[in-house]
Amino acid sequence: MSGTSSFSEAAHVALSNSQQRRNLRQATTSIRAKRDAAVGEVDQWEALREEGRRIKDRTMRHLDVHLERLEERVTAAGGHVHWARDGDEANAIVTRLVRDAGSDEVIKVKSMTTAEIGLNEALARAGIVAHETDLAELVIQLADDRPSHILVPAIHRNRAEIRTLFRRHLADTEELTDDPAALAEAARRHLRRLFLSVDVGVSGANFAIAQTGTICVVESEGNGRMCTTLPQTLITVMGIEKVLPTVADLDVMLRLLPRSSTGERMNPYTSLWTGVADDPPDGPRAFHLVLLDGGRTETLADEIGRQALHCIRCSACLNICPVYERTGGHAYGSPYPGPIGAILAPQLAGLRDHTSLPWASSLCGACYEVCPVKIDIPQVLVHLRGRVVRQAKQDGWRGRVAGERLAMETMARVFASRRRYEAAQRTARVTARAVTRDGLVRPQLPGPLGAWLSSRDLPAPAAQSFREWWRAQPDQSDPDGHGGAA
Amino acid sequence: MRIALFITCLSDTLFPDTGRATVDVLRRLGHEVVFPEAQTCCGQMHANSGYQVEAVPLARRFVRIFGDPSFDAIVTPSGSCAAMVHEQYPRLAALGDDARLADAIAELAPRVFELSQFLVDRLGVEDVGAVFPHRVTYHPTCHSLRLLKVADAPLRLLRAVRDIDLVELPAATTCCGFGGTFAIKNAETSTAMLTDKVSAVLHTGAEVCTGLDNSCLLHIGGGLSRQRSGVRAVHLAEILASGA
Amino acid sequence: MSGAREVVLARIRAALCDVPADEQAAPPTAFVLGDDGLEEPAFVLRSRFAARVEDYGARVTRVSVAPAAIRAAVAQACVRHGIRRLAVPGDVPVEWLPPGIELLADEPGAPLSRATLDETGAVLTGCAGAIAQTGTIVLDGGPGQGRRALTLLADVHVCVVLVEQIVGDVSEALAAVGAVLGQTRRPVTLVSGPSATSDIELERVEGVHGPRRMEIVLAG
Ligand code: SF4
Repeated sequence: MSGTSSFSEAAHVALSNSQQRRNLRQATTSIRAKRDAAVGEVDQWEALREEGRRIKDRTMRHLDVHLERLEERVTAAGGHVHWARDGDEANAIVTRLVRDAGSDEVIKVKSMTTAEIGLNEALARAGIVAHETDLAELVIQLADDRPSHILVPAIHRNRAEIRTLFRRHLADTEELTDDPAALAEAARRHLRRLFLSVDVGVSGANFAIAQTGTICVVESEGNGRMCTTLPQTLITVMGIEKVLPTVADLDVMLRLLPRSSTGERMNPYTSLWTGVADDPPDGPRAFHLVLLDGGRTETLADEIGRQALHCIRCSACLNICPVYERTGGHAYGSPYPGPIGAILAPQLAGLRDHTSLPWASSLCGACYEVCPVKIDIPQVLVHLRGRVVRQAKQDGWRGRVAGERLAMETMARVFASRRRYEAAQRTARVTARAVTRDGLVRPQLPGPLGAWLSSRDLPAPAAQSFREWWRAQPDQSDPDGHGGAA
Repeated sequence: MRIALFITCLSDTLFPDTGRATVDVLRRLGHEVVFPEAQTCCGQMHANSGYQVEAVPLARRFVRIFGDPSFDAIVTPSGSCAAMVHEQYPRLAALGDDARLADAIAELAPRVFELSQFLVDRLGVEDVGAVFPHRVTYHPTCHSLRLLKVADAPLRLLRAVRDIDLVELPAATTCCGFGGTFAIKNAETSTAMLTDKVSAVLHTGAEVCTGLDNSCLLHIGGGLSRQRSGVRAVHLAEILASGA
Repeated sequence: MSGAREVVLARIRAALCDVPADEQAAPPTAFVLGDDGLEEPAFVLRSRFAARVEDYGARVTRVSVAPAAIRAAVAQACVRHGIRRLAVPGDVPVEWLPPGIELLADEPGAPLSRATLDETGAVLTGCAGAIAQTGTIVLDGGPGQGRRALTLLADVHVCVVLVEQIVGDVSEALAAVGAVLGQTRRPVTLVSGPSATSDIELERVEGVHGPRRMEIVLAG
């Protein structure tokens, strides 16, 4: 169905959360300015974006070749490659690997992919504790909350909330202030112990280079380096779309990502590793790469929708989005919120699961303007709306969508004929008289008009339409004549 | 030049003054204006709401009506509807698997202009002789800004208006929250966006908020009116046609 | 699990049925954007690099290439941070090492324990290269750099960068990184300033898990 109940209902709650509204307004305003400055420094930014788009497009068109190459290189470098058709299969693989390593806990780098497949929950069911080590992920985990942003999962929480949380859950925090530096220090002390003792690390991947079999993780805090360097066993779970053919392609991405993401020239740490390093030994002694489909191949089959797979998770589209800024990420009901979430979540999980998301946008296009790999998000949104409607048609138009469909089909008939259109104009004018006062439609009406009138006045149809005025002119010229053309 | 006016269903029905103003401005510049009366709606609402299949016949219809080779240009007082022809029509042709439609659109689209772009970029005119002694702020509507890329064409026209007190709108490029059916399907989020747009407009102390799309102006104006702010939303064409 | 492999690959091929069968998977691309500082003289790169690392909150000390000058700058950095013990890779140039500081050498055959690294507090290394445009140092496990854990657990990282190691932009550095990745299994780390987070209200805080202080000794 093409209703929007789930997003709009969630937004209803989120919009009145004044603290979250303020946190998000502050955060998005500041990050937008930083991004603008960082991007403004690059002379040929638009050419670079176009190159980013081209690389991703070209890579997707031969995804099988690049994945096979990646597998071959990782294996040659002493790593093990596993394939997973869906999240459950990936979770089962990781669970088995952790058990085989003889561990009942793992340290984790923030990873969208493992959030998408619910890895932590799956591990917990198997009696394995997953420790999130990214500061914001730690906040989310301690608060038993859900991430609301792909880069800063706890963006909806402010410093005072985080202090309260740390005081409750972390040792030696009685004196903790809400100074972000003090909060970061508390997290540092808490996590250091885990970094030094847990022997299995789990990460996602920002990129994987087929040419060399190298995995790339881009981060700021250093927790990624800890998790990918210190444990004996490292397991990386990666969506199949993250592969890049060559190091030259990575070069372009590394010039696009940090500036778009955190508004920095470069992020503090970019880690690159190839299988198991043994000459000299450096880091984990066992490396496993899990390649996840999880709806990606289905997305790939949609020639317009597939560009959602180009996303490099910079979050610029979230930060610029006027809808996201106001509703926050939870309203999207998916680990991928914001504009990218609105096109990615329904495709990965299946269109029937997230029917409201393609409508969670005013199609203003600000996301497309900032996307470093030029994903035409508005185009995909509109395309997915069409798919949802056509699917509803196939399913026999159940539920509230039936009314909308009737209205749309009727209007399409009206617009298809000048005669019907002009008649409809006259009818609207006459009907409006009954509900109009001083030229404005009265605010108490049901249905779609009522939704408009909830916050906006609506002028009544003009006493004389433009075309009526035109016909009344003595010297007007109508190339069609006055006949009831079309 | 022989110019066909593409009025849009919204302006035809709710804002006829915009159409008259457009005709005035174009005639004042010495052009012949014709109004193909068979025109109705370009199909944007259908195309953007998931009813692309239903929009395909409307695209065909548009091409038939405006494809008359005697028209040197097709001009519309709507950035959004002009962008519909440029951006979405080719996609509708592809969806309808209609190569003839695709060709016809490719032939027609270069002659379809949003009004301010037509005046400044096509005709090279900035001063149309208007007088408008009011404080005005300009909201760049999203589709004119990001799809058509009208850039500063409207501002050039406004700066040339006599006696105008033009003031900059804070956070001007942020969407007002209209978004077609978005304003209805996600009315509350739309309202939250509108609230910020309205307060930005009020912050300028302007009497009039102008723009290139009566759809967005219906939204902003509806908010300004509901709050009894005393500020009006007025299409750019009406400012350009005034006072002379 | 080979079942899953074949299934996923088959799904990909089916999804890409619109791609012409004879289309090349990787047409050679040679994408060079502008000159990005390619022809800039060393002194320009040096000062840009220094300014950009300082933007990240790192401290830069400029010295000549004379070993004594480097050694003195390292000694000063140790004084600034109250460092008495310094972890170093086994192959660090001895002439950089300041007197009066206890040195703990990390050798492939005799690695320092994680606990020792954690307690030592400071580390001195060289680097494989540096990027002026982004204020980045490249560590590739080559001479004078040691393994990754060495530069990770310490609280202070003192890094000697020779001016001749500075390149203009990311692309030049990545070309060198590509050679390492293509020919060895050595991991590579790009480091741009000290560890940082913006997770709390997007306010940048320097120093989370990696070294909180970064001292660059810029020689040449
Ligand atoms: S869609 Fe584009 S802007 Fe949004 S997160 Fe992905 S790469 Fe960034």
